[in-house]
Amino acid sequence: MGFDYSPWLRPEMMPNIWCPGCGVGIIVKAFIRAMSACGWNRDDTAFVSGIGCTSRAPGYVNMNTLHTTHGRALTFATGIKLAAPDKNVAVISGDGDAAAIGGNHLIHTCRRNIDITLVIVNNGIYGMTGGQYSPTSLPETRAATSPYGNLDRAFDLCELSKAAGATYVARGHVGNAIFLERLIKGGLEHKGFAVIEVMANCHTQYGRRNKHPDPAELIQFIGSRAVSVSQWSKLAPEERGDKFPVGVLHKDTTVPEYTETYKVVQARARERLKAES
Amino acid sequence: MSQSNDRVFWPGNEIIVEAALRAGCTFFGGYPITPSSEIAAHMALRLPQIGGTFIQMEDEIAAMGAVIGASLAGAKSLTATSGPGLSLKQENIGFAMMAEVPCVIVDAQRGGPSTGLPTAPAQSDIMQARWGTHGDHSVIALTPTYPRELYIETIRAFHLAELYRTPVYVMLDEIMAHTTESFRIPSADECGIIKPRSEYTEARVNSWRPFNDYFQGQHLHITGLSHTAEGFPTTNPAIVHKSILHLVNKIVNAQPQIERNAEYLLDDADIAVITFGSPGRAAREAVLAARANGIKVGIFRPITYWPFPVQTVRDLVDRVKAVVVPELNLGMLALQVEKSAMRPEVRIHPVNETGGIAIEPERILAAIEEAQRGI
Ligand SMILES: Cc1ncc(C[n+]2csc(CCOP(=O)(O)OP(=O)(O)O)c2C)c(N)n1
Repeated sequence: MGFDYSPWLRPEMMPNIWCPGCGVGIIVKAFIRAMSACGWNRDDTAFVSGIGCTSRAPGYVNMNTLHTTHGRALTFATGIKLAAPDKNVAVISGDGDAAAIGGNHLIHTCRRNIDITLVIVNNGIYGMTGGQYSPTSLPETRAATSPYGNLDRAFDLCELSKAAGATYVARGHVGNAIFLERLIKGGLEHKGFAVIEVMANCHTQYGRRNKHPDPAELIQFIGSRAVSVSQWSKLAPEERGDKFPVGVLHKDTTVPEYTETYKVVQARARERLKAES
Repeated sequence: MSQSNDRVFWPGNEIIVEAALRAGCTFFGGYPITPSSEIAAHMALRLPQIGGTFIQMEDEIAAMGAVIGASLAGAKSLTATSGPGLSLKQENIGFAMMAEVPCVIVDAQRGGPSTGLPTAPAQSDIMQARWGTHGDHSVIALTPTYPRELYIETIRAFHLAELYRTPVYVMLDEIMAHTTESFRIPSADECGIIKPRSEYTEARVNSWRPFNDYFQGQHLHITGLSHTAEGFPTTNPAIVHKSILHLVNKIVNAQPQIERNAEYLLDDADIAVITFGSPGRAAREAVLAARANGIKVGIFRPITYWPFPVQTVRDLVDRVKAVVVPELNLGMLALQVEKSAMRPEVRIHPVNETGGIAIEPERILAAIEEAQRGI
């Protein structure tokens, strides 16, 4: 029997806004299966996003959902988690949302190690606004705002998250949904801030400008560049090219989680108050 | 909490914290900025003592986001900032208006634009409080003058936020933020309504989207997009228009209930000093001095600044022969008085200061005397 998505979705919200062939549906489904596999109760879960094509996802998912402002999803999610530490909080973001306008919030949420799971749908472009380059667009990418080729260098979101202090960092891609579900599940189970980057297709805004207009072909092309973490370490730098490692890239269970640490602060405050009175 | 007849000796910034805690605030998200910083520092000390949560976020945008998130999870939430920080918060404040999320924003005003005068008083954010975020909206902003008022209005801000399902501003200035003086903590009666959010069932009518917080089994969708009464995005022109009218009118129509003013010696007055915030104190000295010289002058202070008490000001201006408007900006209140008044023959005598200093009573007295000569 296949997975029954019906309790997890809001059928009255369909059809969705995504282009036919968009990979974000694959990712949202993997997210849902991962939540289900973790035993997450929809009543006790908040699903938060910013602004962008990807960020429309929570509107279609049947739980406590929040569609915030561009780039700021993690700040709202942090408020929810702090006010309700025993609830589950998950966030979904586009690459522009998470790493351009929201880049500051991303690194600081990593640093705090608060128990939130972030999935970044990295399609290397601004989908919603019409295909402008993003901080993860590769050099030479043709975008609405780089008609002569993108001159920026791209962020490696996993390296960035790891360096900033995230304690679970993984990368998957839209062409392997089963593997992706496992990576997201690992993030949900992890007690701390988890970042899962998903290499994804935007054939409409990226593909048409960069010789990959067909969604199936683009998804396959992305998959062809994925290399397992173990293989990756064996590749020489010149062999790496436009390939990227997939799997769990970093996991550290020794770092205290933020809301747990705050309970210590509360205990200290009460003790000091008692001592003073 | 201390006994209601306790006298305390607190700076304005500490008054805000203690009043917020009394109102049931359990969450503060902030970012340091003069002259509001002590609010955050005091919250960091006090909130964990009562099982609440304080967090210093990475900037004011994040602080505002965290406050909204915490409020959605059920916590009465506060943030505090000044000038540049208020500018940064504006987009998320608009979100809180659109998504009808109760929260309180304190702005300890300093000189601007830009970094301006970080350590000096101003009242030049009052229009930003009204119009700072984009799109049609209404807003509630409270402008107390004295310590007890600051305490009571901070508590009322939480009540109004819950009742009207909207962010509410408490606007003070550097002088009020840092002036320490003795006052008696108001009694429960004087504080007005204080109750948990769960008891605000009457607020239901003020909520366009489905009423409630998260984690109550309702699976709310909350968005800054224009949305239906079910909370889901829509571009249907009739529904969108209706929702915007709801956001604006729930506050406009409640103006008589939200209105609160302070009046002083106005009964026989020929001249009204109309002012708000800390200049209200200098105005009092000036009015007493003018009265000693036989000038019939009194004071009108809107304590609910937004929505502005248009009709009350109109009636007042009808009764007097001249108006003096002292304010720490270049005429934002005067503009509002002018807009409210229907009689062009009533002269408005502005007293403006943007140099980061208080308006001395002598300047207001001089303006009163000039107004008297012109009558
Ligand atoms: C403050 C602000 N600036 C700009 C925008 C316009 N905007 C909407 S979505 C978007 C970027 C979308 O790209 P990404 O985050 O990568 O998500 P995608 O649409 O590709 O899923 C931008 C710039 C906005 N909504 N708000």
